[in-house]
Amino acid sequence: MNTDDIKKVIEEVMKGMRVADAPSIGKAPEPPAPPEEMRDLAALDIRQTLHVPDPVNRDAYLKYKSATVARVGIGRTGSRYLTDAYLRFRADHAVAQDAVFRDVSEEFVRQWGILEVQTLCEDKVQYLTRPDLGRMLNSENAEKIKQHCQQKPAVQIYIADGLSSTAVETNAKDTFLALVQGLEGHNVKVGTPFFLRFGRVPSMDAVSEILQPEVTVVLLGERPGLATGESLSCYMAYHATVGMPEARRTVISNIHKGGTPAVEAGAHIADVVKKMLEQKASGLDLKK
Amino acid sequence: MRLKTQLSGQTYQFKDVNEVMAKANEEKSGDRLAGLAASTVIEMVAAKEVLSNLTLGDLRNNPAIPYEIDEVTRLNQDGVNEKIYGEIKNQTVAEFREWLLDFRTSEAEIVRISRGLTSEMVAAVAKLMSNLDLITCASKIHVTAKCNTTIGEPGVLAFRLQPNHTTDDLDGIRISTFEGLSYGVGDAVIGLNPVIDTVSSVSNIMNMFHEIKETFQIPTQTCVLAHVTTQMEAVRSGAAVDMIFQSIAGSEKGNKAFGLDAALMAEARDLMLKEGTAAGPNVMYFETGQGSELSSDSHHGVDQLTMEARCYGFARLFDPFIVNTVVGFIGPEYLFDNKQVIRAGLEDHFMGKLSGISMGVDACYTNHMKADQNDIENLSVLLGVAGCNYLICVPQGDDIMLNYQCLGYHEAATLRGLLNKRPIPAFDEWLGRMGISENGRLGKQAGDASMFLRS
Repeated sequence: MNTDDIKKVIEEVMKGMRVADAPSIGKAPEPPAPPEEMRDLAALDIRQTLHVPDPVNRDAYLKYKSATVARVGIGRTGSRYLTDAYLRFRADHAVAQDAVFRDVSEEFVRQWGILEVQTLCEDKVQYLTRPDLGRMLNSENAEKIKQHCQQKPAVQIYIADGLSSTAVETNAKDTFLALVQGLEGHNVKVGTPFFLRFGRVPSMDAVSEILQPEVTVVLLGERPGLATGESLSCYMAYHATVGMPEARRTVISNIHKGGTPAVEAGAHIADVVKKMLEQKASGLDLKK
Repeated sequence: MRLKTQLSGQTYQFKDVNEVMAKANEEKSGDRLAGLAASTVIEMVAAKEVLSNLTLGDLRNNPAIPYEIDEVTRLNQDGVNEKIYGEIKNQTVAEFREWLLDFRTSEAEIVRISRGLTSEMVAAVAKLMSNLDLITCASKIHVTAKCNTTIGEPGVLAFRLQPNHTTDDLDGIRISTFEGLSYGVGDAVIGLNPVIDTVSSVSNIMNMFHEIKETFQIPTQTCVLAHVTTQMEAVRSGAAVDMIFQSIAGSEKGNKAFGLDAALMAEARDLMLKEGTAAGPNVMYFETGQGSELSSDSHHGVDQLTMEARCYGFARLFDPFIVNTVVGFIGPEYLFDNKQVIRAGLEDHFMGKLSGISMGVDACYTNHMKADQNDIENLSVLLGVAGCNYLICVPQGDDIMLNYQCLGYHEAATLRGLLNKRPIPAFDEWLGRMGISENGRLGKQAGDASMFLRS
């Protein structure tokens, strides 16, 4: 697929979304501009603000600062942080913590209208401390998937929490829709999507053994950095099986508005999946 | 050897020394994940009781991983001073603990006895100590080492300056370096974790650090924490650097997963002594962290604290300038929350010192742990009191490349002020000359990185 084709797919998907998804489920609304007497501390560009009083060389400071998002040139009181810098750090960590420790809302799954199943993990704490349980399903949940989803599709796509509920709620659906659109453009049949609560990356091996698609695709939230809770990852594998080498997985990460936007990512993933189907391979075995 | 005890009317039987060692650990999510943790708190205490009555000889004779199958065990066992070991082998772990904490036991005696210890003995006594025990004993021990400057002297608290960048952009690294220097950070080492592990990129950063050090006549040492083989190639092709770094593990299999063995480490050290820029003799830098062996499935059914102690036994063979645990980096499946990360930080620091290495800590946490900046600020105070050789700082605690948080540059001056500590002496004088410090406190110029950018 060349660039023009991709653009066309994206345009079509965008068009489709505007009609089908207004308002888009789980999509974070654009933050409103604060009224004049207020300010949004978290919205300030760290690269362009300097809080050192009377620096020796302000111009050079700002020039070098523009090369990094590190919190430099933030000033001090005694040996401690200025209040704004302290609060900004707290705000950015809050975003990350909320992304990890809040669950994907039931409302999000219900509005999307897809099946929800769960791994062996019972709650968030167990999920975070027992990665082994986050890759397995009990027989009851496996049966639910079997009953509800199409068997042996060419491509099975599903959603899991990963380490950021914010990323799932913000970017999973748009990425999914663009991906399906892209695959349909390639005449590739897609199976029934579902949401796997408390699911980690290797859960795709178990899912693959239940539904036996050629390619399994999972969209899940990445471990958040400070102030970046929205980043989604996509893992894919051809004929995934439990215990297969990690090198057989293909990953596309950094899916969010500051990285690869969801719609663009979905189209790109569709191309990669098509290559997997053609080459019957994934991960390191996949030729570029 | 008694592997059985009765406690509160209940009998507890353990099948071997490894099970006693694992179950005697304070609660860690990693031991639970590995299926090794005590199932109840009373079982943990029972294991501690059994451990307290084992002799140091029992621990020597039951290494965590058999001698025949593991290089780390062999080097550790073969490195023991047999005369000193002979003096202590009949002591129980309880007696050894009380001897370490006794006012009459001098620092010199502890340092001497250290030559007769295996890593399992070091781990065992840590398991019988409270947090304040760990701090008390660690504060008695001073381990010095010299690269360009000397670290570890009494009254000194040093800091690594970690100017990481998301794309290894040289200007971005430079401003983060200057910022750290302007807060009095960087006397332990100026050391960057690179994103790009190629000889040319790593060489560029090494050479930039060298240029900064030469231009401003900074008495410190530099390092770029790429894989050891990349650093060696960079040095061989002429890059200027003071130390070689590597992450290490407590088993041969774990080290293999990191792409190294003892022979490679010895080769790296020889290379640095011949072609490095430092005065020496200590030219190596290692990082460790509880749980790394389990994460690479190389723990051999051994608990994470014991595996960590074995890292230090391995490290000391190469006379490192500095070693630090990256204590909260690996995630909640190994250390779940603030309580576990603080405990692990104190354990690791104590075990490193008792193993005779120049020990530091990267007090840190990831965003999926139940911990925050307040918790590692607490840990940093405890470590400062315990006499930790150095801690690690990044701009305001936010490592933009590794996506975790540790201490910020501001914490260096704060901790030194609170704990009445100073930077490494030569660096301290330099800070005074630069106007960054005045009488040991931050001076007027402090916090203005542009003092290094005069046009």
